[in-house]
Formats: sequence, C-alpha cells, structure tokens
Amino acid sequence: MANDQPSTRPETRHQLQMARSMCWHCQSAMSGEYFCERCVKVQPVSKDTDYFTCLGFPRRLTLDPKKLEAKFYELSRAFHPDFYQAKSPTEQTISLGNAAVLNTAYRTLRDPIQRAEYLLALEAGSVKDIRTSPPADLFEEILELQDTLEQYRASDRESDEGHRLRATLQTEQQTLERRREEMESQIRQLFTDWDQLQDRGEATSQARAERDRILKRMRDLLSHRTYINNIVNDLAATIA
Amino acid sequence: MARIVGIDLGTTNSLIAYMKDGQPCVVPDRHGRTMVPSVVALTDNGLIVGDPAKEHLTRNPERTVYSVKRFMGKGLADVESELAYFPYNLTETGGVIRIRLGAKHYSPPQISAMILKELKLRGEAYLGESITKAVITVPAYFNDSQRQATKDAGLIAGLEVLRIINEPTAASLAYGLQEKTQGTIAVYDFGGGTFDISILKLKDGIFEVLATNGDTHLGGDDLDRLLVDLFIAEIRDRYGIDVGRYPDHMQTVRLEAERAKIRLSDDLKTEITIELPEDKGLFTRELTRDQLESLVVGVIERTLAPCRIALKDAGLTPHDIDEVVLVGGSIRMPLVRQRVEALFGKAPHCHLNPDEVVALGAAVQADILSGGTTDMLLLDVTPLSLGIETMGGVMSSLIRRNTTIPASAKEMFTTYVDGQTGVDIHILQGERELVKDNRSLARFRLKVPPLPAGVPRIEVTFLIDANGILNVTAKDMRTGESQSIEVRPSYGLSDTEVERMIEDSFKFAAEDINARKLIEARLDAEALSKTTKKSLADAGHLISTEEVEGIRHALAQLSAANTGGDSRVIRARMAELEQAAKRLNVVMLDDSLKKSLQGKKVTELP
Repeated sequence: MANDQPSTRPETRHQLQMARSMCWHCQSAMSGEYFCERCVKVQPVSKDTDYFTCLGFPRRLTLDPKKLEAKFYELSRAFHPDFYQAKSPTEQTISLGNAAVLNTAYRTLRDPIQRAEYLLALEAGSVKDIRTSPPADLFEEILELQDTLEQYRASDRESDEGHRLRATLQTEQQTLERRREEMESQIRQLFTDWDQLQDRGEATSQARAERDRILKRMRDLLSHRTYINNIVNDLAATIA
Repeated sequence: MARIVGIDLGTTNSLIAYMKDGQPCVVPDRHGRTMVPSVVALTDNGLIVGDPAKEHLTRNPERTVYSVKRFMGKGLADVESELAYFPYNLTETGGVIRIRLGAKHYSPPQISAMILKELKLRGEAYLGESITKAVITVPAYFNDSQRQATKDAGLIAGLEVLRIINEPTAASLAYGLQEKTQGTIAVYDFGGGTFDISILKLKDGIFEVLATNGDTHLGGDDLDRLLVDLFIAEIRDRYGIDVGRYPDHMQTVRLEAERAKIRLSDDLKTEITIELPEDKGLFTRELTRDQLESLVVGVIERTLAPCRIALKDAGLTPHDIDEVVLVGGSIRMPLVRQRVEALFGKAPHCHLNPDEVVALGAAVQADILSGGTTDMLLLDVTPLSLGIETMGGVMSSLIRRNTTIPASAKEMFTTYVDGQTGVDIHILQGERELVKDNRSLARFRLKVPPLPAGVPRIEVTFLIDANGILNVTAKDMRTGESQSIEVRPSYGLSDTEVERMIEDSFKFAAEDINARKLIEARLDAEALSKTTKKSLADAGHLISTEEVEGIRHALAQLSAANTGGDSRVIRARMAELEQAAKRLNVVMLDDSLKKSLQGKKVTELP
C-alpha cells in the first residue's frame, strides 16, 4: 500500500492507474494520464488519486509555488467545463467533477499548513483526528489569558481598568504570535526532515522509526499551532 | 456550433454583444444606440420594452417596471424598506416577488425575460440569424437564488443560458483582451443597482479571481434616491405638496435627479426643474457638485469596506494591485474616482467604455465556450460561503467564500433514530455563525432506508458549478445507488412554474410582436406624414387642386389609422398616401432638376 511506500514516483503512479482503470468510452486499457490515448476522451480523476498525484507532485512537503501554479493552470486548461461545451453530457460531467477535484487539490497544497495536514491524513489517518490542543507548557498561561479576555469583554473599555486589560492582552498577543512563528519554523524544519527521508527511500526499521517520529511531531505541532492561531485571531478581533 | 451571444442584463440598461473577427462588438439598434433601457411597460396595445417603455415611466408609472434586477431571487420582506420608491404594485407568492401589471402578475424573471427577448430580437435583426444561446452576466456578489432567477429569465425568453458569468470578471476579459497585460488587477464595478469588487491575477491567458466582494443592493439608484428625498422635502417645505402621493411626478423627480447627477459629473453646478402636481408651477433650484457630493459621500464610502475585505481575502495590500479597472455608469462621478484612487494609491484605468465593457466581456466568454477563443480561461470563485444547518441553529460551512469554482464538498449523513426514513437538510449561504443571519437557499429531504440508527450512510455532494449555481446529489454508500433529490428553493420559482412561464411566453409572443409592429408602424407613419406635409407646403402649387385634395385626404386617413391599434391598417394607409403623393414627388424632383440646370448650356452639363 501507498502508506508503506510513501515514495510515489511518476512511473509507479502510471502503473497503478493502468492496472486499475480502462477508458469509460472505448474500454481500452488506460495508458494516458487523464485522457484515453486511443479515443482521446477525458477520464475521471480516480477517487483514490491523492492531491499530490493529481497535480503531478511527489509526496513532499516543500513545494515550489510557481511550479504548483503552472501545473494547476495547465490542468485547468485540460479540465475546465468551458472547453467541454460542445462535448457529450458524460464528458461534461467528468470535466465538472475533475475541475472540482483539481481546485480542491490546488487549494489544499498551496497552503503549507493545509498541505501538511493533508499529508498527515494520507500517511497517518484522518485529519479530523488532529484536535486543536494547547501546548503543555502554555496551559497555565492560556487559562489565565482566557480569564483576562472575559474580564476585558465585561469591562468598560474606556476605563483605566479597560486600558490596563487591553495592554495586557496586546502583550499576550505578541507573545503568542512569536510562539506561533517558532512553531511554524519548527514545522518547516520537519518539512525538510520529511522530504530528505523520502528522498533517501530507505526501507530500514530505523527509517520507519524516523518516519513515525516526524509524523507524530508534525501532528502535535500542527495541533498546537492551530490552537494558538485561533486564540491570536480571537484576541485580534476582540481588541481591534 | 450555433452562435452564442453575450448579454449584460443590467439594472438600468442592458446590452447584447457578439464576437466578430476575434473582437467583441456591441449590437446597436437602427439609430445606433447600444443600450436598451431595462424598462418594461404595459400599454393598451400590449407590453413594450426599452426606449419606448421608458417614456411611460412618467405617463404610466403604475404599469411601467424599472430596476427589476433588484428583485431577482428575493422575497417581499427583503425589499420592504424601499417599497415606497416603486410606483408599481408588488406582492409575493411562494417566496417570489410578483409585480402587478394590469390584471396579471409577473415574477421578476418574467420581466427580465421580456428585456432579454428584446435584446434577442435586436441581435437577430442585426445578425440576420436566429439566436438561441447566450452567456448572461450577473453581479459577482449575487447569491445562488439570484443566479438561478437569472437563468430562469433566460429560459423564459427562449434562450439556452450556457453560462452565468460575473460582471467584473467579464469586464476583466474585455480588458485583458484589449490591454494584453499581466499582473494583479482590481475591477471596481459600480453600476445602477449593484456594487462588486473583484481581484484577479492575469497570467498567460488565465484570469484567476483571487477574491470577490460586494453589495447587491448598492448602486446609482441609491444615489438618485438621496437626491429624490432632498427634492421632495424641499417641495414639501416650499409648496406644502407631498409629491409621494403622485406616482407620475415621483418618476419625474427621480428622472430629473438622475439627469442632474449625470450632468454634475461634467459640470460644477446645474439647474433643477421639476413640474409640480396640480398645476402648482415649477420647482427650481441650483445644485452644485459639492452639494451632491456631500449628500452621497456616505453611499460611496460603503463601497470601500468590500474592497478592503476582498484585498484581505486575497492576501494582498493596495500596493500589490498593478491596475484598477473601473466599470459601471456610477464610476463617472469624480468623487467615486477620487475615493478609489485614494484607496488603491494609483490612478484608475478609464480607457474602457464603462457601459459596454461587461457585455463585451460576456461576448468573449461566449467565444471561449464556442471554441473560438482558446487561449483565455477564466477561473472564478464563489462569492459567499455555502453551508448547512446543524444542531442549535448554527451554520456549518462546507464551501468557503472565494473558493475557485467548480467546487465540491461531500458530507456523510446518517440517522439518530431506529427506522428513521428521512433526514431534512437546509442549505444556506452567508458568512455569519447563526442560520437566521444567513440566506436560506433551499431545503430538501434525504430519503433513507428504514434501518437501525447510525447504520444508513448517505453521502451528499454539494457541487457549485462554473455558473456559481449549486447542484446537490446523494448516494447511498451501502448500496452504491444514487438518489434523485428534489430541492425546494427558498426564494425561487419551481421547475414546473418556470415551465409554465416558458409556455406562457410563447403564447403571448404573438401579442408582443403585434405591440412591437404597431409601435414601429406608428413611428414610420408619423415620419411619412411629416415629410409629405413638407413637400405639400413646398411644391403643392405645382400640382392640381384635385391632387392636393387627394393627398390631404390620404393624410387625414393615415392620421386616423394611427390612433387605432392595427399596424396593418396603418401600413395600408401609408401605402395609399404614398400612391396619392407619387406625382407630387415626381414633380418636385423634376422641378429641383430644372432649377439646377437653369442658365447652363448643354455643353456645361456633366
């Protein structure tokens, strides 16, 4: 399964698709990527195709946004319903579905955080399992912050008390923003670690342990970062 | 493939455009006018549309519909606050506004369909072929119901609407085709009734919308209303007359307000003249541009907040925008241009005709669909978040605003009670937390096989297509069977109702054509009478008195026919007049020839 062999090279992808599908129109074995090479009809993007494969990228976390965009534009030209107006209803339906999948794939991979969450979901189960949780060392601090927020919401904002609370919250916001940046930089480091591990393509038990370590760490960091991010947004909205 | 035209169905004016040799062109009428006023009037001889209908705004205000676009996809409660401004009678049936014209009630899509038909006829007369397919533009911030209503209007008008496209993005296509630029642009579209802002990235023929925002109830109409309110208050103070009680004079005030606003885009001051009801004379006042600006500045400011949100959603600052493109009639106001320039920090691009550019862009999109233009592709977004109602009256978002379309989201549904056979789903659009603060789009009941609680697994796919219109499908994951869903729109016509309206529209097509023929015949008859009377005055002495009498008689006959309601009788009397005046015309021609030859030798003749 793909989970055990995360290295997804284009060749293996083609083999997988060939083994699994035939053209809906002429029933010949599919050798093209998205178009049947025999009858040139567009083929539906398989439900099993992950977003990396859909956009023709290996399952890596560092992506060149320019290349990603270029591929997105290229595939948009291939799939967009605008170009299927004179085609059969089946082809129109396929084009609509493919374009929707492509748009979701691009939106997910374009954003580093969403990309990492998606990779985690692919490699280690559902993304919905990533609960937002506070980092252990910040637990006390955040409880206190919630208190201050409550007080501020209840206070007369123009009073001395209101000004004092507001100043405290502003300082807190800056601290949390710094913390968020630290986490993001740690996440970026994990991106590099992951990509290097994949590039080495080793199948040793050591490599598997390293893989599990990266994924576990990534899950924790993403969860903490989302938590902090939510608080920062809430803070910003409250004291704006 | 049959020709696809582009149509800008505007609040105030509508246009039809087509592609000619790789360039979009707007279709003019025989007088060279490109805009059809979006006005429909019921006259004694039937329904009329456009310029002739506009004349009925003051003559026949209760039976003349304008700005119908404001009512598309809406219920009566949505427009409560502005009902006083409309002289025609509005009611509601099945969540859809109905407009009373004489004995009948029309839905906004039916009125819009009359405007579309007028454009269709204009296109057919000009291009000499039948027109059945169109791309129609809508404000980018239109919700699902408003888009669906526009599509219904097309169907009722006998048009296959191949695509609903957003007005600012249509403008960007026309702009991109003309300017061939790359980079990030902001399209600021301030029309008669709606405001949109769209931010796009133009690169290698791809027009990718990054974010869009707007207000579908903010336009030139709102500026006019502030002036109307001012004039009405002044008339009340000065003469003690409540103009609001006189629908025809209300229209006079509204039209004068609009004209004054337009004049003040060029002039610094203007003279207002309004005829008062009950022969109370004229209301006059001077209005300066400064006065107008201080009156409307608040409305113009309201366009800036959507601009800021769109920039934020696109992850950009004003500095990142390479060019600001202005679209819509309201951008002619100098104050609007100043505010836009101040916000974006650069002078906006004004080389496009703000009235025509949307229709031109629709023609470009039509050409893309018909396979003519292949190097351009528009990737638009959905303007509003789409979601469903969950426990506690909260909206759960499935597709976020500014998601590139087509966009889809899947949601798995199951049951909470053993043997439950259905799940009710309520679809919403909007950005607020609570269901009640968002727009209800539709409801449907998902059919579920009677099984223990939690066992059924029905996957529902919400798909927003390239028109920005929602399609819902469901699949039973246990059996793999698809389920057809009957969606009940909250603010829209049902399919059966649309079908009935299409039938009606064909049934009444003959009547409509008769009304049109009558108007044309009358205009032609008036023109013929006028020239004949002039000829008679100039050259009547050159023919016999019997002949003069004959012509006078034919003129009187034509004049009588012209007050009747049959275009064929008018045409017949016109032919008789032409026959009677035949010799007069010959004699006149001879006479002028003779005069030009007098005093010249044969050798001098050319």
